[in-house]
Parts: sequence; C-alpha cells; structure tokens
Amino acid sequence: MSIDPRVVKDELIQIYPKKLRQKRSEQIVVTQKGEGGSVPEIKANVRTSPGIITQRGCTYAGCKGVVIGPSRDILSITHGPIGCAFYSWLTRRNQTRPATLEDPNYINYCLSTDMQEENIVFGGEKKLKAAIREAAQLFKPKAIALFSTCPVGLIGDDVHAVARELKEELGINIFGFSCEGYRGVSQSAGHHIANNGVFKNVVGLNETPHPEKFKVNVLGEYNIGGDGFVIEELLTRCGIKQISTFSGNSTYDTMANAHTADLNLIMCHRSINYVAEMMEKRFGIPWMKINFIGADATAKSLRRLGEYFEDDALKARIEEVIAEEQEKVSGIREAVKARCTGKTAMLFVGGSRAHHYQQLFKDIGMKVLAAGYEFGHRDDYEGRKVLPTVKVDADSKNIEEIDVVPDPVRFRPRRTAERIEQMEAMTEMEFRDYVGMMPEMDDDTLVIDDLSQHESDRLLEMYRPDIFCAGIKEKFGVQKMGIPCKQLHSYDYGGPYAGFRGAINFYKDIDRMVNMKYASFLTPPWAAQEKEAQQAAAD
Amino acid sequence: MSSPARKIKLEAKPNWVSTRNPCKACAPMGATLVMRGIEGGVPFLHGSQGCATYMRRYLISHFREPMDIATSGFSEASTIFGGGANLRQGLQNVTSQYKPGLIGIATTCLTETIGEDMNLLLHEYRAKGGQAENAPELVHVATPSYRGTHVDGFNDAVRAVVEQMAAEGALPSAYTQSFLNIFPGMVSAEDLRFLKEVADDFGIPATVFPDYSETLDGPSMLKYKKIPEGGTPLLALHATPAARASIELGRTLRQKKTAASFLQERFLVPAKRIGLPVGVEETDVFFNTMEKVTGAPMPEKYAAQRGRLIDAYVDGHKYVFGKRAIVFGDEDMVVGMTSLLAEIGAQPILCASGGKSGALAKSIAEVTTHLKEAPLVREGVDFMTMAEEAEMKELKPDFMIGSSKGAKFARALGVPLIRVGFPIHDRFGGQRILHLGYRGAQQLFDQIINTLLELKQDSSPIGYSYL
Repeated sequence: MSIDPRVVKDELIQIYPKKLRQKRSEQIVVTQKGEGGSVPEIKANVRTSPGIITQRGCTYAGCKGVVIGPSRDILSITHGPIGCAFYSWLTRRNQTRPATLEDPNYINYCLSTDMQEENIVFGGEKKLKAAIREAAQLFKPKAIALFSTCPVGLIGDDVHAVARELKEELGINIFGFSCEGYRGVSQSAGHHIANNGVFKNVVGLNETPHPEKFKVNVLGEYNIGGDGFVIEELLTRCGIKQISTFSGNSTYDTMANAHTADLNLIMCHRSINYVAEMMEKRFGIPWMKINFIGADATAKSLRRLGEYFEDDALKARIEEVIAEEQEKVSGIREAVKARCTGKTAMLFVGGSRAHHYQQLFKDIGMKVLAAGYEFGHRDDYEGRKVLPTVKVDADSKNIEEIDVVPDPVRFRPRRTAERIEQMEAMTEMEFRDYVGMMPEMDDDTLVIDDLSQHESDRLLEMYRPDIFCAGIKEKFGVQKMGIPCKQLHSYDYGGPYAGFRGAINFYKDIDRMVNMKYASFLTPPWAAQEKEAQQAAAD
Repeated sequence: MSSPARKIKLEAKPNWVSTRNPCKACAPMGATLVMRGIEGGVPFLHGSQGCATYMRRYLISHFREPMDIATSGFSEASTIFGGGANLRQGLQNVTSQYKPGLIGIATTCLTETIGEDMNLLLHEYRAKGGQAENAPELVHVATPSYRGTHVDGFNDAVRAVVEQMAAEGALPSAYTQSFLNIFPGMVSAEDLRFLKEVADDFGIPATVFPDYSETLDGPSMLKYKKIPEGGTPLLALHATPAARASIELGRTLRQKKTAASFLQERFLVPAKRIGLPVGVEETDVFFNTMEKVTGAPMPEKYAAQRGRLIDAYVDGHKYVFGKRAIVFGDEDMVVGMTSLLAEIGAQPILCASGGKSGALAKSIAEVTTHLKEAPLVREGVDFMTMAEEAEMKELKPDFMIGSSKGAKFARALGVPLIRVGFPIHDRFGGQRILHLGYRGAQQLFDQIINTLLELKQDSSPIGYSYL
C-alpha cells in the first residue's frame, strides 16, 4: 500500500476550523529520523478541544481507576455523586490473587458517598466521615483512600482534612486525593496525583526486611489479563525477589515496603515515573525502563537485571530461563509469521502500550502504519531527553510537585553515581531514561497524539488496516467496517500478553483476528451480482 | 476477579450512609442514550471530558456498538469563569465534524453545581449565528448527577426534548393524519423494534421516542457512517402535540411529570400511562390500549402469540411453581418482571431498585394482587443492602432476575442470575433481548424454565435425560 502519510495528515485535519487545524497539525507527525537519531517534535499532553470526541479519561479515572484501584486491600471510597464510582467499578481488568480466601480483596466493592443535592448545598464532609466510619467498621481495612470527584473541589470539601481527622480517630491509614475530573488534560494528571499520594502516605511505612540477594519493584504494571503474574513468575524463576508492584496484584503492605528493594523496573513510564524518581531521591534506589512485552524484549530486560546485579550465577539462571522459553516461542512465532507477514496494524492506546506492542507485530512480519498515545507526554514519544524543553502549562502547574530530600536514615545509594556511569558505558543499560516511541519506529509512519473519533474513522477508511488496536470505545465502530479491533486496555478479556508465554498468546490472537473472513461477508451476494451486472453492461 | 467475594460479617445496621455496590448509575448517562435515539442526533455532555468517556464506555459495553458523546471538556478555569466558551467551541466542532441534525446537551454535576444557565448560553449561541441554515437543532436537559438515577435522566431527557421541540400550529403533511406517540422508557433495541412493529400491525403511524433500535444495534458497513441511520425523526418530534394519544410505558412514571403528561396538559393529547408490557397481564393492558386508541382490532398474529404463551405457561407450571426469586434493576423493569413471575406461579421475594421514584411499592402491589405472600419491596437500595436483607431475612431465593451488576451477589448466594434490562456486559446480545409483548414473555419464560431445569439436571446425582 503506498499512501503518503503526509497527504493522510492533511486529510485528517482539513475539516477543522483554522485554529484547531493548526493545533492538530502539531499533534500529528510523520516519523523521520534525523542526525544522531533525532525525531520530530510532537505536541502532546495538551487539552482536547471541546467537541472533539477524544478517547481520553479524566483525572479521577487515572488516580482511582488506574494507579490505586488495583491494590486489593486499600479500600477506596469515591466522594461524589454515584456515577464516577459506578463507572470505575471493576471496569479495568487488573487481576488480583489474595493468598487465601480470608485475605481481604476490596476490588469487588464499589463504595461511594453518593452525594445528593443537600450535600452539594450544605457540604459533604459530614457524609464522607460517616462513610469512612462505617466502611472501617464493616471491612476493618488497613488503609482507606478517598477520591474526590468534580463537585467536591467546587463546594470546598476538604478530603485531606477529613482524612487526617479520621486517621487519628480510627487508627488506620487514611489518605485523600484531590483528583477532580476537570483538573488535568487526561487521566495522566490522575496518575501523577496518585503517585504523589502513594509516595507521601504509603511508601516507607513497612520495614520488613528480605533476605534475598536480588530485590526489585515492578512499577507501572497493572496486571491486566494477568501480565503481572507472568512477570513475577519469570523473576522468581530467575531468582529475583519482587518486593512490590505498583500496582497490579499489590497490597498495602508490599507498597509500604517498596523502599527495601534495590532496583525499580518501570513498565509504563507515563503513569509511574514520578514515584520512581522520588524513591531514588529519598532512598537511593535507581530506576530503569524495561519492557516485558515481546519475547526478545523480555529476554533483553532480564539480561539487564543480570548486568545490574553483577552476579554470574544469576546471569546463568537468566540465560537458562531465556533459552527454555525462547524455544517454546520460536516455533509458534514462525508458524504465525507465515500467515501474517505483510499485514498491517495501527495502535492507539495508553501511554506505553502503543510503543511496546509494536515489537510484537514486527515479530510476526506485520507493518505498523500508525501509532499514538491517548495520554502520553512528549517524553513518551521523543524520549526523556526532551524533558528540559517541555512547556509547563496551567494544567501541569495544577499538580503538586513534591520536594523530595534524602531520608536522613534510610537513604542508601544502591550504586554510586560513578558505578552507574560505568555500567551505562559498558553495557546497553540506561538508568533514569526512556528513549520513547518514535526513535524505535520506521520512517514515514504516522504518529498521532490523542487520536479523535473523527480522525480514527477517516484513517480506517483510507488505509483499511488488517487490525486496529485501541479500547472498547473504538472497538465496535472499527468492527462495523469489518476490520478487527484488538483491545489493548482490557485485552478483549484475554491475555496475558507479557513475557514469553504472553507473546505466544498474542501471536495466536492476532493470527486469528487478521485472518478472519468476516470482511468478505460485508457485501451481500445480491449487491455483488448487481455490481457485476453493472460492470458487464458498462463493458 | 480471580477470587470469590470475601465473606463479610454482618452486624445489624439498617441505614447505611454510603452506597455500597450501587444498583444505579448517574442521570446524564440516561440522557445521552435518549439523544442517541434521535435521527441525526449527537449527545453532548456539558462538563468534564471524563463523564463522556465513562458513559460511552459503559453504554458501549452493553450495546457493543459505537456511541459517540461529545463534551465541553471543562478545565479548572472553566469551573471558575463558566463554561460558555467551551460550550460554544464544542458545539461548533461537533457541527463541523458530524454535521448533525441535532445536538442533545445534558448537564452534569459539575455544570449544575456552578449553576450554568443553559437557556441563556444556548440563546446566545443561537443569536451569534449558531442558527445558520444547516445549523443543528439544540435541545438540553438538566441532569445533575446528584439527583436521581440514569433512569431519571432518561425520562427527564424524553420530557425535555418533547417540551422543547413540540411545535404549535401547522404541521408537515405527513403528520396531519392520525398517529400515536409511544414513550417506551429505557428498554432494549429489540423492544423498540417490537413496539414499531405493533404500531405497524395496527395500521397506525407511531412516533416511538427515543428510538435507538438502529442507532445502537445497526448493521456492518463498508463505509462508516459517523451518525448511524435511524432514530426518531426530528419532524416527528415537532409533531408530538398533534398525536391522537400518547402511550407511556412504566407504572412508576405515572406520578411524574413526563413527556406524556406535558403533552396532555399543554396540548390535550390524551396520555395513556400503563405498565411496561412484560408478561401476559401487562401485555394485555398494552394491546387493549392499542385497540382503544386506534379503533383497530387486535391483529391475529398477536392473539396467536398469546395463545402459544398461555399454552407454555400451563406446560411449564410444574417447574416454576413456588420458586423464589429476587428481582432487581431499574424500577419499571422490576415491576414488569415481578408481574411476569407472579403470573407464572413463582414467588418474587425481594423486588429492589437503586431508583427511588416513590412509586415502586405501590406498583409492585398492583401487579401482585393474587400472590398470597407480598414480596419485600426496597427502593433506593444498593447490592450490599440487598445481600444483607437476603441473609438476615433468610430469603433463600432459587434464582435472580436482573442486570449484570448482580452477578457477584448471585454468585455469593449460589443461585443463577437471568440477565434482563441494563446493563448486560457479561453476556452477549443484551440489546437484542426482547422483554416486551407475548413473544418477549415467551422467551423469558422459556429461559426461566430452562435455567431451573439445567440447575436440577446438573445438580442431580442420578442424571435425568427427560425433564
């Protein structure tokens, strides 16, 4: 297919009024690597214009739904009218696995203050306090998190003061989040607010020591479809202890214990990099971007752990695991590749997946035509090297930047600055860095930030890709056109897709989807015959 | 999730402050569904962008259809200075992208809290040229999320649209003949198709409003249409005051100010306010009403459907008689299902809803007069309250009827859940469930019987093969 992506870009934005067209033209770029591997600048993390149908969510969704929600024994109470709590009740597929049936798992519950008109008029703090008291009585949780929805900020309810008061009264950890929906550009603002809150109120409160030699946290892994289970199992087989995850399959105690790890691994850079940075400043734990999506990426990431811990026995175990797993993957990959080579894909999802999943498609010979994030920032596209030049707008200023200083007792640099530098020079490892999506993409590919519904419709019409990866909001419109849509938020209730086992699952799912024949049914036989007859008459 | 629900120790405490596992969503969602049921209509939420996203994803998970909802996308600044600028820009952008016939605006908790004056804002918008030749019609409804439920939002939107669009004076020729208004309430796409078919069979044109039977259950297409075909025509919405009568479905609506009551008061259109036609008795009332308002006789095919249904009731009676059921969900659906259960010899033991119309108990009483034991009726409750009630009162149901939201509750009780109403996101085809009419009752009855038979067969150590 030879469609000029620059022409497509013009086509996508031509119906917009002038100002909007200008803005969107900066959010849609065609990849082209320049000198030293530089990539074009993209505008990202800016507000969606009113009336443009975006796939983005809100600050509350990012805070409650994404980051804190997956933790099974932090009891969440949504302070607001009923909708927000209802819509975020088990709608994300973050799986959890309590050790026993008696262990608490609050993920199944949806608690809300269900504010009524009188609470809006006279204030809702009293109701919130009552809700906390009864939740504490009913569930006896270790920790309660309070989430503010839009009207809370407007009527001036102070969730933080309520949290402090009830924490004192009930003797359990209670903390609030000012994550009103209107606060940020997207759910990304909510991630940041959640990172701040969990760092201030949870991390460092559990000093349980671990005798294991190699200890890591896995950050930005939410255990969608059981990805987190796969990753933990792999790490365990290699002999690496996972202290905590943020926050798939996590508990309050593991998150509180995170500062005892010796390395932070980052899966989703966008949603969690703040906590990694703060943990390094306060406790001296370095962080590293890794990627467990794709077999080769997983192997590479595991090898980096071997390098970091500088242990030959560990390295040997890692190689054994990789060899064992790669053997299982390769046969299936080759079989699938034979059926998928030359097919095309588009990915518009999240803040990391649109990047990570490109490799899986390349593995089976497929071409990525276009990709973009829903709520990514410039650094997720272009790499963290652009951070100093990212403009800070009113929406970003809205979110607290916590001033973190080294902990007087617990700050312990796991590696000296010199050693880190040496490691970076000697190996492929990079600390505190994320190269971003664009440097790893082929030239002349479309990158579109915050793809709108209109643009997505046009894109599909023009390219008719073999598969479109997005979420439930896009799925059925795409499939109306006979094009399969793979949900990369919920995995279409399938998965896991992480690690070696996950790669196999993904290859098989994509094989099934891109080779399905429904598109041939779209035109009914009578219409086809009519067309043939017309053709014959014309000839 | 992977683990079963944890057992919670109960302490007697009747009035909970918080809502724990809600059996309701918020008002604007119902309003967006109504706006999607208008020909060429695009729903628009005046508030934060997250509301549109959450409601889209929720409606989409039920219908498995695209559902675009626009938003004015409030920022912190708009909460302080008002959302007029965002609204204007939003309406313009929707117009340029979608070329809609109508934009249906619903407010949210955010915009209601800051007191946005929608009449004024839209008046200004129209005055500034929003009323150009191809400009979409604009309607709006107040749906503060802190008042009522998604069903209230739905019914308020139906009324608001009818009020704002009802035209006085001359009408287009298509509407000078006799026709009906049918306000079905929040039913499935298949139910809407059924109602249109009935009107057709009675030989009378009908304005069914809203009508998302095609817009939310449409065909595949090679060329994608941003706004799907179907929906209640705009002309029909202008013509509602000229109808011969309005038929409104839903017993709990009778005390409310609705589209039907408005048309009766303002334009003297007789309002026939009856129950949702679920089961034989409620469907009989519906067809009686149709006969009366049209003057046409009952079409033969429905009489035949009724005949088959009664025959099945007799044949299936032994399986279902005395079986105890919990019914939950949206109020009028609960009333309808309770009526069906009562007439087939089952015992509804708890009829519960997150809705709080004030009319649920009375409506349930009306449809269960021949039951010896009156069911417990609970308005404005959540699933944990229902579960506690079931445990404390030792209700011991044999099965449950309601939406997907009760799946965990049913699982904890170890009884099957027959999925009806909204939302259904853990089974396929929720939009195609036929609840209404004799044929709907037939399908529900068959499903109830088969669910009980399956349970009996699967739990039998002997192994039955004829049941």
